Amino acid sequence: MKKELGIFVLLIVLCIIVSIVNPNFLLPINLQNLARQIGAFGIFSIGLGLVIITGGIELSVGSMMALLGVLLSMMLTEWHFGVILSVLACVGIAMALTFGHGLLITRLNMQPFIVTLCGLLFYRGLARFITNDETKGFGTAEGLDFLRYLANGNLAGIPMPFVLLLIVAAITWIALHRSVYGRYLFATGRNAEAARYAGISTKWIVTLTYVIAGALTAISGIIFAFYTNSVSPANHGNAYELYGIAAAVLGGCSLRGGEGSVVGVLIGTALLQVLRNLVNLLGIPSSLDFAVMGAVILLGVMADQIFTERRNRRQVAQMRETTAS
Amino acid sequence: MEGISKRFPGVVALDNVSLTVGAGEIVALIGENGAGKSTLMKILGGAISRDTGSIKIDGQPVEIRSPNEASALRIEFIHQELSVLENLDVAANIFLHREPTIGGPLKLIDRKRVYRESDAILRKVGLDIPSRTPTGQLSIAQQQLVEIARALSAGARIIIMDEPTSSLTLTETRRLLELVKDLKAENVSIIYISHRMHEVIEVADRAVVLRDGKNAGEIPRGEITHERMVRMMVGRDLKDFFKGERVEQHVEHDGGFEVRRLRTLRYPNQLISFDVAKGEVLGFAGLVGAGRSEVARAIFGVEEALEAEVTLNGRALQIRDAQDAITHGIYLVPEDRRLSGLIVDFNIRENITLPNLESYSSAKIIDRAKESKAALEACKAINIKTPSPEMRAANLSGGNQQKVVLAKWLTFAPRVLMFDEPTRGIDVGAKAEIYQLIRNLAAEGVAVIVISSEMEEVLGISDRIAVMHEGRLTGVLDRAQFSEEAVMRLATGTENLAADLRE
Repeated sequence: MKKELGIFVLLIVLCIIVSIVNPNFLLPINLQNLARQIGAFGIFSIGLGLVIITGGIELSVGSMMALLGVLLSMMLTEWHFGVILSVLACVGIAMALTFGHGLLITRLNMQPFIVTLCGLLFYRGLARFITNDETKGFGTAEGLDFLRYLANGNLAGIPMPFVLLLIVAAITWIALHRSVYGRYLFATGRNAEAARYAGISTKWIVTLTYVIAGALTAISGIIFAFYTNSVSPANHGNAYELYGIAAAVLGGCSLRGGEGSVVGVLIGTALLQVLRNLVNLLGIPSSLDFAVMGAVILLGVMADQIFTERRNRRQVAQMRETTAS
Repeated sequence: MEGISKRFPGVVALDNVSLTVGAGEIVALIGENGAGKSTLMKILGGAISRDTGSIKIDGQPVEIRSPNEASALRIEFIHQELSVLENLDVAANIFLHREPTIGGPLKLIDRKRVYRESDAILRKVGLDIPSRTPTGQLSIAQQQLVEIARALSAGARIIIMDEPTSSLTLTETRRLLELVKDLKAENVSIIYISHRMHEVIEVADRAVVLRDGKNAGEIPRGEITHERMVRMMVGRDLKDFFKGERVEQHVEHDGGFEVRRLRTLRYPNQLISFDVAKGEVLGFAGLVGAGRSEVARAIFGVEEALEAEVTLNGRALQIRDAQDAITHGIYLVPEDRRLSGLIVDFNIRENITLPNLESYSSAKIIDRAKESKAALEACKAINIKTPSPEMRAANLSGGNQQKVVLAKWLTFAPRVLMFDEPTRGIDVGAKAEIYQLIRNLAAEGVAVIVISSEMEEVLGISDRIAVMHEGRLTGVLDRAQFSEEAVMRLATGTENLAADLRE
């Protein structure tokens, strides 16, 4: 938990500064909006965090959301599949595609970056092709109230995406930090060779992780589709994978693998969304949006690196004392 | 080189060693694993520094502080592990770091000259390929010749060759030895490190023997024989060795571990068969690269075996990966503990419970209390020195790390336990503890295999010793036949006791 503390402090400090400079930050409507964004971005970011812990990467998230979004619209409004079947199909397709990523990465030893970069290009193209590049949406179609509620509704004043995020986070937290799977995942990400020597099927662990990330991407994708209510195949979800990666890295996931936590990714996601909000509220030109994010991520990761080094040195010192005595 | 000493933490690697090489002389440097040959040559090559002593070339004292300075003195080192860059072409390798330029601020490489001179030097070493060939396409032997070409093109007058023939075929070896003789004719001095006695006999003008970091003697050309070299390397006479006696296969059919017709990827033409009885410690001796680790890894399933019949307590086993091996109670404590034995960023507890995690969890959720208790007990049972099991493994000493690797397997009852170099890089105290643990395991009825390149260790710990030479099991010695000489003869391929027993 020590690791997440630094970034958490940064988040709190930022919130305090923004609310002092512009008290509108604390308006319920702003906080609700912020929570909705955090919820929608957080769910797939957790998936990306898991993938990053394997030492891999998943770049196809945004494109996959566009593909899933247009498919969902077509299934619901054109093919009339019904809500349950459409949602299951969405999640199933995402899991099948990421299962493919996992197989290519573990069985053919392809680099995750390449595999998922191809996914990024391919799914975007596919989404644009099957729609003839036309925006798909849900308009005011009947019978979709539940899905609309998931994206836009509130539960006791808390936006539903945020509620969903808390549920997803709780389940993945247990899986990652308390279950056998989580321990194997960390072992594989840290040192696949030693994990193999301990009898862990590292290939299966990695593949499973990509599939989990796929399922979470689908859930986020459904929320985003109904949040925007229309899906433009060329732009929907553009660069969302980068938000996920940034959140995971800010939250302490190492791109070398074997390091990260669910809480970290949550705080990372929150920090990113607060930053976007801050650019708005402080009247910073929105063209600087990405520049601000880039600077804060860099500083955050730098600070984390410095703290880690210090902690290691302390532990070595402690070790010396015990062996000396 | 005179009076060279080098001390590493805990060991004296070289103690007052001297070596003289004349112009155009081929000196073979021989000795057991760890005798100090490589250390001495690394000092000459500038890779490490010496503590005492002096180095003179043509009577002039010189300082060699880096490989660059060695090159400046025209000393070139051809390493056992080839250091060619496979992503570049042959000419680029030959001229690496000495690229001639056509002048100007851009330092553009004079490609014409590079290729012209490379082609010429390749012809000289007898490598008949264009210098534009990508190095990755060459065989190991050809890459070796590229290294020699690089040394020659740098104008070397002293060439150090560390086990140059260890991965070459017979024909390739013959050609290399011819080349070595040609170089001698051109007045190049050669220091030739080899474990292969017949090569030494064929090319060396003089054999210099090191033992335990000291000069053990010299043998002039004409007097070099297998017998004399082995005797000098191990430091005792050969008379207590019973020549010609054949080792009977010692098989215990009542519950043991049998390996039949094992073929590894590294030595696909060699079939390995052996047995370990319950409660027995079988040592595996041999020189570095003899294929012992490959045998262990193939049995454990982390490396593919081309063929293998493995039987435990009379039951035939199918081992496809480490998981299968672990299910059957067959474990490996690997050679490189930081890379394969441990996850150094995990703490002790997490490392110990990793292979057996299911038993510390219910419904896939880990029971932290149960885990901590087991880890703490393991730490106490085998005396891992740490303030708590929550300490990162990276921060432990080598001996304690090795104990953690062991503790991993001790938490569930092993049937077969294989150790690959169990005490490498471990201090004396921890060594003794690990030997005791190994003996205790055997006493509890575990079939133990100990691969070790340390002669004393393998003689001390084993009930029987299997010796390998270049992928072949050259013999199995019973306790009565134990001696350094006996092991060395089998390990160097001087004698092949078991040739007619295999197959």
